[in-house]
Amino acid sequence: MSVALPLPWLIVVPLGGAMASFLVPERWRVRLGLAVLPVMWLVTLAVLGDLAAHGVQVHALGGWSAPLGITLLADGLALGMVALTTLVFSLCAVHAASHAAEKGHNGEIGFLWPLLWFLVAALNSIWLSADIFNLYVGLELLGLTAVGLVALTGSAEALAAAMRYLLAALLGSLCYLLGVALLYAAGGSLALGDLGTIAGSGATARVALALMTLGLILKTALFPLHAWLPPAHGGALAPVSALLSALVVKASLYILIRLWLALDPDVATAAAANLLGALGAGAVLWGGWMAWRQTKLKYLVAYSTVAQIGYLFLFFPLVTGTSTIAGGLAWDGTLLMLISHALAKAGMFLAAGNLVLAMGSPLIADLSGISRFRPLSLFSFGLAGVSLMGLPPSGGFTAKWLLLQSALHSGQWWWVVVLIVGGLLSAAYVFKVLRHSFVEGPKRDHFNSPPMAMELAALALAAAGMGVGLAAQSPLTWMRIGSPFGVGG
Amino acid sequence: MSSALFYAWVGVVLCGLGLFGFILHRHLMRRLLAFNIMGSGSFMILVGLAQDGRGADPVPQALVLTGIVVAVASTALALVILRRWYRVSGESRLPEDV
Repeated sequence: MSVALPLPWLIVVPLGGAMASFLVPERWRVRLGLAVLPVMWLVTLAVLGDLAAHGVQVHALGGWSAPLGITLLADGLALGMVALTTLVFSLCAVHAASHAAEKGHNGEIGFLWPLLWFLVAALNSIWLSADIFNLYVGLELLGLTAVGLVALTGSAEALAAAMRYLLAALLGSLCYLLGVALLYAAGGSLALGDLGTIAGSGATARVALALMTLGLILKTALFPLHAWLPPAHGGALAPVSALLSALVVKASLYILIRLWLALDPDVATAAAANLLGALGAGAVLWGGWMAWRQTKLKYLVAYSTVAQIGYLFLFFPLVTGTSTIAGGLAWDGTLLMLISHALAKAGMFLAAGNLVLAMGSPLIADLSGISRFRPLSLFSFGLAGVSLMGLPPSGGFTAKWLLLQSALHSGQWWWVVVLIVGGLLSAAYVFKVLRHSFVEGPKRDHFNSPPMAMELAALALAAAGMGVGLAAQSPLTWMRIGSPFGVGG
Repeated sequence: MSSALFYAWVGVVLCGLGLFGFILHRHLMRRLLAFNIMGSGSFMILVGLAQDGRGADPVPQALVLTGIVVAVASTALALVILRRWYRVSGESRLPEDV
């Protein structure tokens, strides 16, 4: 066991940032946040450097090892998510900071910064946890922070969305906790690494997996348990929506993937995997259809998240009971899909926020004429849309290509149909927005102009979603370190 | 049946009652109380099932302590949002349930 010093700092720094942010006067919070960002980057880069130099790292907090203590595990997957979190969070923070500079400070928006830092701490603790109970605590911390962020504006709509989100999150984490109780009773261990051998393949492990999966898909908003997501993501502030869609829903999916790979194949059966895949297909179709029908811009983007989550669940049927090659392709494709969706969707939410700010109305119909006044934000929206549709050379395209190959390789051609129809539906809703923007409807020649930094943050995220398609090989090679699919395998 | 297993079964009953209330009731306060009952039930399962036939075990006790802290925090947050929602809208149910 190597003792890697920087690893716990991934959680300590944002936690410290959150505490400090609460304590300092409100007008310093933005500056404090921007000052902690470079520290976050230093720690992230140091940990990535350690991974490159020494491979997978295990850190026992306080020197207490597995059964009693809390262990942090930094493999390629975990650190890939950490790096993604730092990148997306930084750009969202820049967006929020320049918005605050523009609007001045008002009321409870001041709590935005402490909550944002808590969100990063919770996310990092989930990525790095190696035992199922610590994952539960991370999940709860994440859920409570996210609900706080949704409720932040204090409007009736936001409060109702937050309450609905909280009820779903609480029910989801209780289901997960019951699963933890059953697994601990069956095996006497909480470590993820022990689950496969200790929990065995008995009925207890199956019930536990069913409960945990149910709780986690409720939190991931997989169709048909997605009803809480659109109002929560569509009604929040733009940087909050971006973080929720890009990272928060991925956290519960990440736990599900970890669990699924850790448990015995007799427990995580092909039938259950196919059910998850079918729900994912339902999400792609229903989410895409509902996105196309929305009249509010941010709700359209939120329903698009419901659809895109569906693709990620195709991972389960493609990896369970198939050949190593098909499994490896599905692993790469799913992770690339996750990364490119995180970048593109964060970019799209920030761009949508800018457009809403510019037109002073949440409706898509009011976009008419905006193409001449806010071309940069509209361009970012379209660029992110290209990645969501899966056109080359975006990250979304490469991801879908890998998933498609995996489906053909394992002889499950029906998932290919889902990928293609899903792409067409995404094209339909993205072009709906663009069509309204280029229509010269009622002659309107005044739009508010958001600060340049807000437009550039959206553009940077959308461009990163595009770029990850061109340079997919190196992040994917990194994320295979320590995975069941090995390096280059 | 050992006493530990008995507690686990009581936990299962509490969980079922809580879930029933959570799904059945529309009033947010009742749903919150139902959630708390469900939480207590799952804590009893966690402690009872793990100690059945294996004697006292400190790990589940520590887990439940953590779980109680989490449950109190979530209940507090839910109460704040509930009160604020009541003040803004005058309703004690979610808009789709009214």
